[in-house]
Amino acid sequence: MKFTKRTVMGLLGATFLATAPMQAVAQDWEPRKPIDFVIMAGAGGGADQIARFIQAVAEQKDLVNRPLVPNNKGGGSGAEALIHVSGTNDPDHTILVTLNSFFTTPLRQENLGIDIQTFTPVAMMGVDPFVLWVHKDSGITTFEEYIETVKEMGGEYVMGGTGAGQEDSIVIAFMSGAYDLDIKYIPYDGGGAVAKDLAGQQIMASVNNPAEAKGFYEAGDFVPLLAFSDERMPAYPDVPTIKEKGHDFSYYNQRAVVGAPGMSDEAAAYYQDVFTQIYNSEEWQGYLTSESLSPLWMDAAEQRDYWALQVENHKTLLSALGE
Amino acid sequence: MEVLSLLGDGMLLSLQPLNLTMILIGVTIGLFIGAMPGLGSVNGVAILLPITFLVPPSSAIIFLAAIYYGAMYGGAVSSITLGIPGASTAVATTFDGRPLAKQGRASLALVTAALASFVGGTVANVLFTLFAPLLASVALSFGPPEVFALMLLAFATFVGLGGDDIPKTIFSICFGLVLGAVGFDQISGAPRLVLFEYNGFLQGIGFLVLAIGVYGIGEMLWTIEQTRGDVTATTPKMTIKGMASDTKEAAKKGWKGTAIGSFLGFFVGVLPAAGATPGSLMSYGVAKMVSRNPDEFGKGSVDGVAAPEAANNSASTGSMLPMLTLGIPGSPTTAILLGGMVIWGLVPGPRLFVDEQEFVWGLIGSFYISNVAALLINLAFIPVFIWMLRMPFTILAPMIFVLSIAGGYAATRDMFDIWLMVVFGIGAFFLRKFDYPLAPAVLAIVLGPIAEPTLRQSLLLSSGDPSIFFTRPVAGPITIIALILIFLPLLKALRRMRTSAKKPAS
Repeated sequence: MKFTKRTVMGLLGATFLATAPMQAVAQDWEPRKPIDFVIMAGAGGGADQIARFIQAVAEQKDLVNRPLVPNNKGGGSGAEALIHVSGTNDPDHTILVTLNSFFTTPLRQENLGIDIQTFTPVAMMGVDPFVLWVHKDSGITTFEEYIETVKEMGGEYVMGGTGAGQEDSIVIAFMSGAYDLDIKYIPYDGGGAVAKDLAGQQIMASVNNPAEAKGFYEAGDFVPLLAFSDERMPAYPDVPTIKEKGHDFSYYNQRAVVGAPGMSDEAAAYYQDVFTQIYNSEEWQGYLTSESLSPLWMDAAEQRDYWALQVENHKTLLSALGE
Repeated sequence: MEVLSLLGDGMLLSLQPLNLTMILIGVTIGLFIGAMPGLGSVNGVAILLPITFLVPPSSAIIFLAAIYYGAMYGGAVSSITLGIPGASTAVATTFDGRPLAKQGRASLALVTAALASFVGGTVANVLFTLFAPLLASVALSFGPPEVFALMLLAFATFVGLGGDDIPKTIFSICFGLVLGAVGFDQISGAPRLVLFEYNGFLQGIGFLVLAIGVYGIGEMLWTIEQTRGDVTATTPKMTIKGMASDTKEAAKKGWKGTAIGSFLGFFVGVLPAAGATPGSLMSYGVAKMVSRNPDEFGKGSVDGVAAPEAANNSASTGSMLPMLTLGIPGSPTTAILLGGMVIWGLVPGPRLFVDEQEFVWGLIGSFYISNVAALLINLAFIPVFIWMLRMPFTILAPMIFVLSIAGGYAATRDMFDIWLMVVFGIGAFFLRKFDYPLAPAVLAIVLGPIAEPTLRQSLLLSSGDPSIFFTRPVAGPITIIALILIFLPLLKALRRMRTSAKKPAS
């Protein structure tokens, strides 16, 4: 037992020695303690899966000298995470995995006093499309049958989602408006819980990211009906897009990593370098393909412009929802 | 049987030298991580994840699962010896473990905890082995109304928890529910009950902060006040013979609690969103309810230690089930395990049992082995834990205080929580002085945040019609049992009042 422990420590030491000089040349700043890796969503959802995947890649490739400690703060549509990160007393060791509630939550809750432009851009890891799913036992196989069923149910058709003003509710609201649907919407605390309750047929349909629904789809439980991406997804070639149905609409969830407000330039450069390496890794590129994410790489300045653009877009979307 | 041969292969796999070493190291690390207040299995698994990339995936997950197991055993140690819950899953263990330790029977409590943990873990493993796919579909059939009914049942078992003073118990539950509602509303996303506009309240009140405050600090204040600092140190003895007789006594007095905890804990663990903490608290309540000596609970009942300890081990195995079969973590720790699995190329979900048979059965086999290893290692360390209790109170008290503060800080790394913890400690001291039961408040702060959203989701489903809790096939019976349990003691109390009112008249 002791021998093995020592061997493990030796291996660890050796890896450290091997990589240390390289890192020392490339970086002036390094984390001095575990990094608070805040996730704007509950456990099991798309954002959470991505955060844990990123963490695992970083650890496996030994890209960070201190562990990334995942910290789920999904409360209040991510407001909990935004407050936590903007109020941190150690911005150099606090980073946040975001989704679109990064834009919508500060808009919907102005009293939080969050200005997202004070956050530090780190990396745009990709954008995640949305798909409309039903359970196979419903017998529905096409979007047209779905529309027909919802209309027949007259307000009793139940869909689950992650809450009012959240990404999926924006998509559902657009769809309801475009096809004049009356849907009963049940909020859950994360995309994982929504998918689980669709699998258990507690709800009748959901708008989930492919990553959240994939396991059930592959087991044959879920049927994809409609994609809200710009083009058909390679993994789901038979699923039509809402654009093909004649509505100029597409919606993606951003999968980006940002630093806390007030992060030093050196720390920001360090994390930007780490996440660029993760983005370019074989593992992450494989994940983008297998989970049907679209790449959308941006540098720090482009990210800030993208934030401003998304805030404007969501202002329009939310006001159309009557939020 | 096919299952048995698969399980046999799995056990052989986990007995390979590398895997067995990983189990032994993992369980030992877990035991100490669990015993350190504030350092729960979540932090342990998160920090040790990188080390696992040095070994093959199946050994890595076996290692992490062993830590998880060890931590469940370890949590009981500080709950019993120091009265500080080592982890949120071990809070219920302090209710009776600490009184036993004060009576000089710490070794009995520790042996009971170890044995109950072992039985709970084993029962859960067997259930897992035989019924995994079936149980996964049971978990799926639990929608919001079913979960709410179950929470109602949990509250019902606790109405009987506060002794006979039902109004004080209900006050305590309501107090816990209010504390549990602080922070963001899960349904609308709006902030609520942000007391004095402190941003710290936005994140809600951490359960561990409350538990350490109430049981660590509150308990210490109580002891100081009761004894005026003149604590007659109990000198617990530790001999092989003593341990053998403790084992006998634990088996005799604790079998009922162990049985309840093993089955109930597993079932609650299987439901996503619940996990080991509610499982252990509910088992404690049920064990008290069915006990012949409910008055002993809270004063050092062996059943009161056995039930939560059996439940938290059994629930931790149970919460692996939704993770492996549905890809939904049943507890924060399994959420981190999930991340590890994804990077190893193992996609949890309905296909895992078919596509990755060797991995799944290796893991299940390792549960059995880890459980045996954890029992033996834990028993071997009991004399060390007992030795801590021999320290004079004047040394122990400041140590408990420091450990409580450090434990509260480690959980969230926020000074605000430390002040909150001190406030809870002082508040708990006064509540106790006025004879308010504290356990129901602790239960309410854990279950409230699960019960509230499921209540609101259910009512949204039914367009506001509460009959949804009675008409659904699973939710209906649970709700009715819960209501009977809630009203039974009230009726009893009413009858007693009537008879005592009649007596002076006659």
